[in-house]
Amino acid sequence: MSTVLEFLSPSAKSVSNEAAHLTRPLTVALAGNPNAGKTSLFNALTGLRQKVANYPGVTVERKEGLWMLSPDEQPARLIDLPGLYSLDATSIDEQIARDVLLGRAVSLDSPDVIIVTVDATNLERNLYLVTQLIEAGRPIVVALTMIDLAERSKTEIDVEKMARALGVPVVAVVAKQRRGLNELAQVVTKAATSTPPKTNWRLSEEMEEELAKLASDVYESRDAAMRDLYSEDFPAEAEKREAIKLVRGRLTQTNPQWWQEPLMARYQWIETVVAEAVCKNCGEERPSITDRIDALVTHRFFGPLILAVVMLVVFQTIFSWANLPMNLIDKGFGSLGDIIRAHMPAGLLTDLLVDGVIAGVGGVLVFLPQILLLFFFISLLEDSGYMARAAFLMDRLMRAVGLHGKAFMPLLSSFACAIPGIMATRTIENPKDRFATIMIAPFMSCSARLPVYTLMIAAFFSGRKFFGILSVGALIILAMYLLGISVAIVVAWILKHTILKAPPPPLVLELPPYRVPNLINIAHTMRTRAGLFVKRAGTVILAISILLWALVTFPRTDTKRSVNQESIAAQRVSNAGAPQANETMGQENSSESASASETSEQIQNSFAGRLGRFIEPAIAPLGFDWKMGIGLISSFAARETLVSTFSIVYNVGPDGDENSPSLIDAVRNARRPDGSPAWTPLVALSMMVFFVLACQCMSTVAIVRRETNSWRWPLFMVGYMLVLAYIGSFITYQGGRLLGFS
Amino acid sequence: MSALINVLPADVNINLAEPTSFERNTVSLDAMPRGILARVVAVAGSGAVARRLMEMGILPGAPVRVVRQAPLGDPIQICIRSYHLALRRVEAQTITVVASEG
Repeated sequence: MSTVLEFLSPSAKSVSNEAAHLTRPLTVALAGNPNAGKTSLFNALTGLRQKVANYPGVTVERKEGLWMLSPDEQPARLIDLPGLYSLDATSIDEQIARDVLLGRAVSLDSPDVIIVTVDATNLERNLYLVTQLIEAGRPIVVALTMIDLAERSKTEIDVEKMARALGVPVVAVVAKQRRGLNELAQVVTKAATSTPPKTNWRLSEEMEEELAKLASDVYESRDAAMRDLYSEDFPAEAEKREAIKLVRGRLTQTNPQWWQEPLMARYQWIETVVAEAVCKNCGEERPSITDRIDALVTHRFFGPLILAVVMLVVFQTIFSWANLPMNLIDKGFGSLGDIIRAHMPAGLLTDLLVDGVIAGVGGVLVFLPQILLLFFFISLLEDSGYMARAAFLMDRLMRAVGLHGKAFMPLLSSFACAIPGIMATRTIENPKDRFATIMIAPFMSCSARLPVYTLMIAAFFSGRKFFGILSVGALIILAMYLLGISVAIVVAWILKHTILKAPPPPLVLELPPYRVPNLINIAHTMRTRAGLFVKRAGTVILAISILLWALVTFPRTDTKRSVNQESIAAQRVSNAGAPQANETMGQENSSESASASETSEQIQNSFAGRLGRFIEPAIAPLGFDWKMGIGLISSFAARETLVSTFSIVYNVGPDGDENSPSLIDAVRNARRPDGSPAWTPLVALSMMVFFVLACQCMSTVAIVRRETNSWRWPLFMVGYMLVLAYIGSFITYQGGRLLGFS
Repeated sequence: MSALINVLPADVNINLAEPTSFERNTVSLDAMPRGILARVVAVAGSGAVARRLMEMGILPGAPVRVVRQAPLGDPIQICIRSYHLALRRVEAQTITVVASEG
């Protein structure tokens, strides 16, 4: 066993590196600046043979695929790294990319070859990363992308001259037309066995002396000494740390800008390479079409207007177009449950399958169309270059609460679902800014809250109008969205001035040229997202569904057991959480109506029912009774469960959803023990406020746990949001009563 | 691959604090009027932000132009080394530039 481990360890591997190439498939890493065409190249090289996983311990996603280098060879492992500008990382994404590139990643062998995508329309800055990789002695191949665009803007690049000047193989590629891909495969195969390129440019005399001294005293080589001296961090070893501290202190005294020297040296070298290889007849101008779009899109007046329209279109589409597929998925799971029930003997196993597994997982999978559409728009906006403009427009406003312009898009996505929104915070460099953004993301009213709002409004505010045109319901929904946003602003401000105190984050944001979005890339993104989402539904959510089912089912009230269970099952399946299901109530099955009272009894005596009555004293000041308490408890797994739980608790027939007349009537007619109505418009409002503010979503908690890598943050988030929700509901209900509403 | 390039010979001493003839007319980048071509003279400050600005190509001698400002006056959009970058005014203040002749 130990010998095997030894053999697999990186040190053992590097000894037999040369020989291993012949048998082992190549590991190729794909690196490059953001917006340099890396993703298109990755998709073109791997096609559908790719998978997404996480780097262990952190949440940065690792995209990996198989690349057929040639028909008769083993395919290479191609790893798509997050985009980075420099090896001196400023965000987690960049840190991960750097660690893999320098062979420091624990989880991954040092890549045999690194392909660096270099944007031909933006050579100088793209080549900066190349110079750093050459210095690090990494085996690299440059893939020159966007040459079609460079040619159009009258920039001619001599690829051979460039390769000679760089000392690195260069291949021009156009992923969309599959130009240069075979050549890239050949060059990479060859590079795997050649010696890596070297640079021999040197720093000034004094600096070289310093490095030589460091190298002879504590370091193994000049290059290692140089890396540590110019890094932002201190080395881990005490001896090196002391030496570096000493030298940096001395240098800073004579010239505070001493650290700029290698940066300038690299760029000077890049300028000579570019001068040699590029014949340019346009000076500083970008393709003017981008300038013209920018003049409009970032215009003082039209810019914000366009942004508002874009947001509106995205939301409208997510909420309306997703309806049809969501209904289909919901019906599909409903009939699946019916089929199973028809063909399996009645009993606990069938109940578990139908009520627990199918209803629970189906209830979450109905959101798949919305999530797909959301990612379609996000990648469309990102690919086209608009996303950076949105951050540019919103930065000033976001900074007012201490957040970063880059926080705008994650927060915007959170209106559909907080999970992709929280995942999208990774581009924010400073962890404190990132955490603050994560902490407020769940305040954005997500799509799962809509079924709750819809039910409440349909039951208590439908048909009312303001000034004859504005519906009260629409105004209330708008108010709920605004409440979430306002609280988020206040909380962000408080967090940024207390536990997440930090100076306002810097904004250094590239505004890439507008490009026609690559539909293949978008399709790939949607496919991977769907895969990840489905996987989550199959694991975490499956477990929670089974738990919930058990809480409602046990302990069992035994009279007429099977009929009773059937009724619950039918209701749960049909109510599994389709938020926009608009089907109307079918005619009620007589046996189900008959079993209604037993269902109620079952619920009342179940663990969930006991829990509901246990918390009743605590939620009574908010205007809620124990039945609503059950709804609240179950909705902590996922908000939309409230609707399906209510249809169980209030004994509604099988087709009850938030628009179903029977559920609405049941809610309206529910009584307290003293005969007074359980629900009033004020209680409904209080309930909605609770749902705006509380973090009732297991998946969000799980994702925050992953993204922050600790339990502290998700628990803090659930806790403080619960407190806010309680206070908010309390003020709504008690304040409303003081004002004379009921 | 054997062609090693010695672009920066060891005897070239980069003088980092070299405003030379520009010295008289230098302004910070955020004070630069829109559309005027300028050259970077120096990047003040240290730490990750200054380093990132320089890694993005904002180095002494590089041509730079303020393109526009965001609707609320901050951040600003600049053109550096033939690409566009958004910066806050706070960061732009650390960059000293001089208008190019002609």
